[in-house]
Amino acid sequence: MRAPAIVFLLASIGLFAQGTAKNTCVDCHAALDGDTQRPALLIKNDVHTASGLTCVDCHGGNRNAEDPSEAMDRAKGFIGKPARTAIPKLCARCHSSPDFMRKFRPQQRVDQFELYQTSVHGKRLASGDDTVATCIDCHSVHDIRAVKDGMSPVHPLRLPETCGRCHADQHKMAKYGIPTNQLADYRTSVHWNALKIRGDLSAPNCASCHGNHGAKPPQVDSIAAVCGSCHVLFAQLYTKSVHEPIFSAASGGGGCIVCHSNHAIHQPSTAMLVGPKAVCSQCHEAETPGGQVAAQMAKWIDGLDSALKHSEAVVTSADKYGMEVSEAQVRLGDGRENLVKARLALHSFQPAEMRKPIEAGMAIANETLRAGQDALHEKDVRRMGLAASVVFIGITILAIWALIRRIESRGVSTQDHI
Amino acid sequence: MSGVIELLEHKTVPVHSATRWYYFGGITLFLFAIQVITGILLLLYYRPTVAEAFESVRFIMTRVEFGWLIRSIHSWSANLLIFAAFVHMFSVVFTHAYRKPRELTWLSGIVLLGLMLGFGFSGYLLPWNQISYFATKVGTDVAASAPLVGPAMGRFLRGGDDVGAATLTRFFAFHVMILPIITAGLVMFHILLVQKNGMSTPPWVSPSGVRQMRFFPNFFLRELMVWYFALAILGVLAAVFPWELGDKADPFASAPKGIRPEWYFLAQFYTLKLVPSHVWIFEGELLGILGFGLLAGSWAVLPFWGMDRTGAARTRLVTGVGVVLVAYLATFTVLGYYK
Amino acid sequence: MELNDGSTGCCGECGSPPQQTRRSALSWLLGAGVSASLASFFYPVLRFLNPPHVTEAAVNEVAAGKVQDLKPNSGKIIKFGNKPALLVRVSETEFKAFSAVCTHLNCTVQYQDSTRQIWCACHNGTYDMNGRVVSGPPPNPLEEFAVLLRGDDVVISRRA
Repeated sequence: MRAPAIVFLLASIGLFAQGTAKNTCVDCHAALDGDTQRPALLIKNDVHTASGLTCVDCHGGNRNAEDPSEAMDRAKGFIGKPARTAIPKLCARCHSSPDFMRKFRPQQRVDQFELYQTSVHGKRLASGDDTVATCIDCHSVHDIRAVKDGMSPVHPLRLPETCGRCHADQHKMAKYGIPTNQLADYRTSVHWNALKIRGDLSAPNCASCHGNHGAKPPQVDSIAAVCGSCHVLFAQLYTKSVHEPIFSAASGGGGCIVCHSNHAIHQPSTAMLVGPKAVCSQCHEAETPGGQVAAQMAKWIDGLDSALKHSEAVVTSADKYGMEVSEAQVRLGDGRENLVKARLALHSFQPAEMRKPIEAGMAIANETLRAGQDALHEKDVRRMGLAASVVFIGITILAIWALIRRIESRGVSTQDHI
Repeated sequence: MSGVIELLEHKTVPVHSATRWYYFGGITLFLFAIQVITGILLLLYYRPTVAEAFESVRFIMTRVEFGWLIRSIHSWSANLLIFAAFVHMFSVVFTHAYRKPRELTWLSGIVLLGLMLGFGFSGYLLPWNQISYFATKVGTDVAASAPLVGPAMGRFLRGGDDVGAATLTRFFAFHVMILPIITAGLVMFHILLVQKNGMSTPPWVSPSGVRQMRFFPNFFLRELMVWYFALAILGVLAAVFPWELGDKADPFASAPKGIRPEWYFLAQFYTLKLVPSHVWIFEGELLGILGFGLLAGSWAVLPFWGMDRTGAARTRLVTGVGVVLVAYLATFTVLGYYK
Repeated sequence: MELNDGSTGCCGECGSPPQQTRRSALSWLLGAGVSASLASFFYPVLRFLNPPHVTEAAVNEVAAGKVQDLKPNSGKIIKFGNKPALLVRVSETEFKAFSAVCTHLNCTVQYQDSTRQIWCACHNGTYDMNGRVVSGPPPNPLEEFAVLLRGDDVVISRRA
């Protein structure tokens, strides 16, 4: 009887020693298939796994138990698959606890659930609508990655398509009466272009303007402030301008988006001021003071732009001839800055504000044009000098040749024999 | 001095189908003189340190009056000089002017050609732009991979383990002092020998029956015409195709795409590229370099080839080898340029 | 061998007027050609030898004005090479200089005396007085330059 007892003792000790590292959830579920297998396969990519957290930390249960009924005992706290309406609270159990989060990421925010409850998603979920977005719809589940991780659905480059999974789906949005063109519009915008093509991760995505957890369309009167968080000077000028009270919430307006659109924000140009696609003419007819201001500003901007382009062309051609024009090229940069300042000044909607940068820019355009023309002239001078020199050389060569002929026609200087 | 005048008064040049090739020695000398003069002028403004080399060349090109002209002439003339030196050498081969008693003239000429290539290689780095930096890197790497003496030679050339400030200082010293002193001595030796031995006649011309032209004034005036013409060419090249500044060398940037040495090293460069990385038990590049060394060595002793054969057979052998060599150099230079 | 007056004293072909005219015309042409071409070679060389007024070759260094020109807690933009640089007088005794090209989209930055930081007006990027990004879209810090005081003159140079 002794031997089996010792074996049993040893085995138990062995089992115990291993016990703390056991994860029977993954061990069993990985051997299944379909939806019950998937979590076990995904979990190794999850950011929680890297912090030592496992299935039982969310779902409850006993990770050391081999027997399913013991491992998944509801009486002992096993939750199973939580109802969608219960998910935010479940995540918040840890993510809203400063003491808990401090153990892993001291700097991470703990107000996501609080914000969520103020959002449209949160309010509707609270009223029982479980088709709205919960934590796992955006962050995924079982393979949750850090936001900075390029494969996370809420990484800046992927976030728009994540929002679009519902918000661009007409079937899903039909019962709420929300339009579904935002994602398509956003994809035509300069912001998406900056993000996707230029790789500028600081460019805004949906969450930048709408918020992420507390997502609610920005109130109309805060649009200028939201845009102004990056486009500071434009917002400052706009809020002091005549348009601000007109496009304010009280008048049912929309701030910046009245002219620039909310999602389909395209590269602005003077086509917005005058012409068939102009926004100004939607309110201001051409002969009115407003229409005339628009026309004047468009003329100034186009004038400066084409003057700079012309100077650039001349300077570049001088450069191609090997002439030194780097100073002029630097000045042209200053000229371009003045054009930017002029476009900024536009948002005060007062021509007087725009006049200064336009005049400075035109002065630079003229100055650099002269520099480029001087360089081209210098190139011509060089070539004329060269031509003169070549002519003198040619004359000399001809003269020497004539001299040789003269000498040798006399026959005195060649010898027949050594 | 009076000896020189007397020499010049009596010196004659044979007149035959290959007389025009006699000009190339003078052209090479003339272009070298241009290099010395423009080089001295550039020395007045060039600063041989990593911090200032590129900027000083830029200064010369943009701020110094006619700096663009002096610098462009110096760069273009360098290329024309090396080309003229090769033409001069091959004209000596094909007119067989290396034969006794002119063996030492040939040998000193080969060394001079090597010195010209040394001038080209060292001068190329001095503007300190991207192309010159990386071309020097490639060039010194090749030198360092020679057997036995390679690594030591590499360190000697570079002034260290990498191309850097020490290399620039060293190349400047080679270019403006060491190579000029050696060249000056050797050129004088070479020219003295030419005067002493007189102008050779090709084997297909009978030395007694050939018409002679007085060097002074007849040949000399013709030479003046040629030199003046060379000046015109240089002027056109410098004014219409000014030599570019490039971008300042950045050792941390990756080498510019398609970096390759100047055209006069292209044939060897391309050959080394073609040699497989391993041939039997030997490293390909090593074999290539050894091959070049062997070629240069045999070429230097050209006057002593085939001593066992008759004059005519020897002449045919040298002409044959010469043709093959020209064809190889021309083809591989072109290939190296386009590949 | 005479070149000028045509008389040779060695044969009888000289002296007749057409030959003499031809000879002197040729001598004149040769003389004119040689002098003109030599002048066209030596004129550039002589001008080359004359040093230009701007003697500073390197753009590793730029004179940025006098100490008195800049008040404490203010900044100004100067040209450094072919790019703008920002010189800031932090206090009576301390000067700092940076590349003024914003690392986001290349706008020119400015010194903000109210926050004692460097600010870019284009997209609200902010840098601290070490050139490091504090907030906003810029991805990289501003390159810092060395400032030397030579008596009254402020000189900006690239750091080694």
